[in-house]
Amino acid sequence: MQIIVLIKQVPEMDRVRFDSEKGVIDRKSAGVEINPFDLNALETAVQIREQIGGEITALSMGPGRAEKALREAIARGADRGILLSDKKFAGADTRSTSFTLAQAIKKLAPFDLVIAGEMTVDGDTAQVGPQTAEYLDIPHIAYVTSLDDIEVKNITVTCNIWEGSYRKRLHLPGLITVTKDINFPRLPELRAKMESREAEITRWDYSTFSSLLSPEQIGLKGSPTQVKKITIPPPIEREGQVFSGEELEKAVAALEKICREKQLTGGQS
Amino acid sequence: MTQEKYSGIMVFAEQQERKIHPVTYELLGKARELEKESNQDIMALVLGPEDMDLQPLIERGADRVYHITGELFNRPDELIYKENIVPLLQEIRSAIVLIGATTFGRSLAPRIAAAMDTGLTADCTDLQMDEDGKLVQIRPAFTENILAHIKTKTYPQMATIRYREFSSPPPKTGRQGEVVTRKPSVIRQDRVEILEKISMQEANIAEAEVIVAGGRGVKKARDFDILKGLAEALGGTIGASRDVIDAGFLPKAHQVGYSGHRVKPRLYIACGISGAPQHKAGMKESETIVAINTDPSAPIFSIADIGIVGDWYEVIPKLLEKLKK
Ligand SMILES: Cc1cc2nc3c(=O)[nH]c(=O)nc-3n(C[C@H](O)[C@H](O)[C@H](O)COP(=O)(O)OP(=O)(O)OC[C@H]3O[C@@H](n4cnc5c(N)ncnc54)[C@H](O)[C@@H]3O)c2cc1C
Ligand SMILES: Nc1ncnc2c1ncn2[C@@H]1O[C@H](COP(=O)(O)O)[C@@H](O)[C@H]1O
Repeated sequence: MQIIVLIKQVPEMDRVRFDSEKGVIDRKSAGVEINPFDLNALETAVQIREQIGGEITALSMGPGRAEKALREAIARGADRGILLSDKKFAGADTRSTSFTLAQAIKKLAPFDLVIAGEMTVDGDTAQVGPQTAEYLDIPHIAYVTSLDDIEVKNITVTCNIWEGSYRKRLHLPGLITVTKDINFPRLPELRAKMESREAEITRWDYSTFSSLLSPEQIGLKGSPTQVKKITIPPPIEREGQVFSGEELEKAVAALEKICREKQLTGGQS
Repeated sequence: MTQEKYSGIMVFAEQQERKIHPVTYELLGKARELEKESNQDIMALVLGPEDMDLQPLIERGADRVYHITGELFNRPDELIYKENIVPLLQEIRSAIVLIGATTFGRSLAPRIAAAMDTGLTADCTDLQMDEDGKLVQIRPAFTENILAHIKTKTYPQMATIRYREFSSPPPKTGRQGEVVTRKPSVIRQDRVEILEKISMQEANIAEAEVIVAGGRGVKKARDFDILKGLAEALGGTIGASRDVIDAGFLPKAHQVGYSGHRVKPRLYIACGISGAPQHKAGMKESETIVAINTDPSAPIFSIADIGIVGDWYEVIPKLLEKLKK
């Protein structure tokens, strides 16, 4: 099976500091890593290859430093990495990103399955997966929580949709987006890590696939949504009453009062 | 694409087993507010069985309801939905398309947007109409540290909007509106098969009026029974921080926060939760917040109405005892 995994390099959101005056994150305050959900996407691909064989291509669009993320993807099991990097791609919104990714995937065709993370922790839209599927004119299943059956022509998965979960079968070629419930990404083995340092990452720039896209369709120009303004939400602070450890009785009484005022004691007790 | 050719606000009405998702009414209410400044038709779009009751959509503000009929829409199949919605939107040319940011909405909307090659803003918390008649879509970014104000240069201007951001307008009984019924144009179901529905989510935490939540200050999975006892006494449900969900103490459906559920109950009681930005993002808009934490410097206290520096293992049983009297 030919599998393409979409990988984005993101700031380490646990560590990154935020400049609330300027409304930007201080990119120097933390490193970068593979978007956590994309590790689940990669692990899913590795598990499929273990079961029925195949080849995994990690694909990313981003600045030159994103090569490192693709090397890590190789250490974690991808067979090769392709980085779409060009000034012309910069400033892309989700439309422009998915359009560009889709053209790259067309160039890589034939393929069977595209796997994306559920969302990125910096963009946080969960749109790039389904939009890429549409630009490729293939079906997709979002929010996949488990792989149930894998065959050459189709895969069966469980996904979170509506107010429950559904088992669905996807006829390939198709795309899935995975949640972090689907698996526990394995750590790369030391040897694989060492070897990946030497791995050749293929770089594609605009000229590589200019027959498939025009400058108006990519980067900032190809982005219909534009951020006009950034505002900082007022800090949400509440002038609360704080009780110390010694005031336990008073605290419990205050709590009880709230519950009674809100008439919340109607439950089964 | 000039603006003149596009007008009207279309609200996608998600239905499941003939029940309209309540976010739809909130969007209709917001659409009516936006309309005051721009004077456009408000429309709703439903894909669902023939015998659905559409009057609630009209009573909540829709001037016209487009109803694409068919049992096939009783299944969460984004592809079929998209293939039937896109031709309609191309014909109607509404200027704005609003979709609830439910799991289904967030999976369907990008397919529609890409098919129409237009922009889409995810997970908005507010909408405004600009002087030039364009929609300003406001969404939090970077763990809710900033609010981005976004405009779309193509049409339709599309956005998904979080549930429970706007209030639902009271129904205007007897309000008149038009219903336009269509047969589905595409019924092909051979690319995704919906095999079975496995479960309903155990906890509908987004709807709960009271949430008693636990974090890493809860030492064992079994200790959640204590919190459950209080939740039940208050007619509510239990929630948790991501760390305890990851530890397997509770199913994911109970997770509150940025990557879990965003909740707005009347009362939120946080026990042994430090108040990380990602947790606060999901619960800071609760009506009343109570925090119980042994560490007086825990950030959760800055958003609490009542803070108790103490051990929840002591506080909660005492409270339960009092409430039972
Ligand atoms: C991309 C991303 C998404 C995330 N999404 C979410 C999310 O959706 N939801 C979420 O919750 N987190 C999320 N997180 C994780 C978040 O950053 C925190 O790690 C998490 O919320 C911490 O959980 P906690 O408060 O239970 O644990 P801790 O931070 O360890 O806090 C435990 C607290 O319990 C107190 N305590 C200990 N014993 C007692 C006792 N007996 N009585 C009273 N207090 C006690 C301690 O003083 C401490 O303050 C996310 C992180 C990232 C990077
Ligand atoms: N620049 C990118 N390069 C490769 N994949 C991406 C990129 N941006 C997003 N993705 C993929 O799309 C998923 C959803 O991203 P988002 O829509 O930004 O939340 C991610 O988990 C990735 O798998």
